[in-house]
Amino acid sequence: MLDKADGQIFTGNVRLVHAVGMHARPAVKLTKLAKKFEAQISVRVAGAPEWINAKSVAKIMAMRAAHGSTIEIKASGSDAEAAVAALVDLVASDFPDGAG
Amino acid sequence: MQGGAAGSAYRGRTASIGFAHGPLVRVDAGAGGERVAGTLVEEALALRKAIDLASGQIADLAASAGGEAAQILEFQVALLEDEDLIEAIFASIGEGRPADVAWRSTLDEHIAEYNAAADEYLQARSSDLADLRDRVVHILRGDEGEPLKIPSGGVVCADDLPPSRFLEIDWSGGGGLALLHGSPTSHVAMLARARGIPMVVQLGAIPNAGATALLDGEGATLELDPSAEQVRIFEKRRESHRKSRASARAILRRPTASWRGEHIKLLINIQRVDDLEHADAQYADGIGLMRTEFLLAGRNDLPDEETQFQAYDAVLRWAGQRPVTIRTFDAGGDKPVPGFTLDGEANPFLGVRGLRLCLARPEIFAVQLRALARAAVRRNLKVMFPMVTSADELEAGRKLFADIVQRLQADGIAAMLPDLGIMVEVPAAALAISSFKASFFSIGSNDLAQYVLACDRSNGALAPLMDPLHPAVLELIARTAEHGRRAGVSVSLCGDMAGDPRCVPALLNCGLRELSVNPSALAQIKQTIDRLSSGGGVG
Repeated sequence: MLDKADGQIFTGNVRLVHAVGMHARPAVKLTKLAKKFEAQISVRVAGAPEWINAKSVAKIMAMRAAHGSTIEIKASGSDAEAAVAALVDLVASDFPDGAG
Repeated sequence: MQGGAAGSAYRGRTASIGFAHGPLVRVDAGAGGERVAGTLVEEALALRKAIDLASGQIADLAASAGGEAAQILEFQVALLEDEDLIEAIFASIGEGRPADVAWRSTLDEHIAEYNAAADEYLQARSSDLADLRDRVVHILRGDEGEPLKIPSGGVVCADDLPPSRFLEIDWSGGGGLALLHGSPTSHVAMLARARGIPMVVQLGAIPNAGATALLDGEGATLELDPSAEQVRIFEKRRESHRKSRASARAILRRPTASWRGEHIKLLINIQRVDDLEHADAQYADGIGLMRTEFLLAGRNDLPDEETQFQAYDAVLRWAGQRPVTIRTFDAGGDKPVPGFTLDGEANPFLGVRGLRLCLARPEIFAVQLRALARAAVRRNLKVMFPMVTSADELEAGRKLFADIVQRLQADGIAAMLPDLGIMVEVPAAALAISSFKASFFSIGSNDLAQYVLACDRSNGALAPLMDPLHPAVLELIARTAEHGRRAGVSVSLCGDMAGDPRCVPALLNCGLRELSVNPSALAQIKQTIDRLSSGGGVG
């Protein structure tokens, strides 16, 4: 694995296609996947004032991201780039079973 | 029920269809006991212990319930593992609050927030939080409560019922659920539907009386202490409901689907062993695709040989004489696995994934092949490799597998080399299909379409282009089917196309005679083929 400069921040945007928005199962999958990475990962609904810890299922649920909203993801740390890519993929592919 | 006077009837909303006629059983939320708080350290320790105990109890419930129930309970486990949430509660204990008060007030804040949401799905999740809140509070107070004793066939009446209490009730004798509040989108409603337990919610106020109940999940009614006439009408409705369901399911029980005089094998795709609990799974002609990535998910290390063997063997035992195709780890691409897949690939879909990754990590692949070689002695196993580009890769995989079988046998361990096949998902494999010495082929239409059309399937902007019925995709499917027919090698298709009634006519016209679909699509696809056979449209 390549060492990345720790200060570097990676970002991504993805549209939430899940029919009912960010609910229990998607939120559990998202936080589980986020926890597999060392990086500090934050998410928010595009334009929201606050960034939310992607590893907290309670906060992800409280974010109330609706179907069709855009989720912004940012991460910093050794595996930040892979973390952003993986989370973007999870959301874009509609939280497939077996993922996360 | 006296004198035949009409009993009272209440109307709510349907949460799960079905009928129950039995004794009315009232269930109230447990009354809170008293608890004496200790020092800050003792309180923090008490909460830590209660959380661990609750986590264990929920995991046990999930394990015994399996399937959808396990997924629902996963949310509660995730909450207990949420460091932000838990740390805030410990901070509150640090400020001098007793463990139960700190826990309850934090959870109550979240519950209030969910209840205030405009969105019904989010409101419904508040009962999961309340379930978790009460479980931990009961543990802290030392009154964990006995499992509910419900007489067989009883109609359980409660304000709301948390999922874990639903799972503690023995529903084997039937029964139903009548909730004064509750929601059709709650987790307990999903559990009721999965178990076929009738459930009506939002019945409002019901007098605290009544001995016998009729619950009609279809009409969303609850009748208390019914007259003989009410019972007669209820039983008539129950009977006509039973008949219409039976005819929908009758199609599944019919032997094999056929089209133009040829048998069409309908197999199922499973993600994990629990998927076999789907009521329709038993009607499949076999398992066309068992994914094995679930073994890699949700754990810190890679699964050992015995864990894998147990999973494979359970599925092979379930299938009996029917064939089971297990796909070796398809990690990489959109499925990163720490400690296995490579980080930092610029284009992971075209990177080291599927069989490429397994061949690059032979020490991990060998564990899976050993487990599969041991499971193969049941003789209904077929093994397929994903993401194969060239015949050399298949042969490299075969050699590893054969060496492992030989070593196991030399050590006196029962093992055999199963039939080996490949997924056809790389266009090069479909075009050079005759170069593969495979015992069978399974077309992975999702990836095949993505690669042929050069469209990332997760990119919504490309949705109009991402058409699995594009002539180029159908051409490759037809070529593969044609090769299989000539070479006498079976060809199936296990992607989303197989479960889409609109795609089925094209697949049959391409020459496919084996389709593998999710268990929930089995009845619909069998019905689709039935209609096509009798000259009808897709419907």
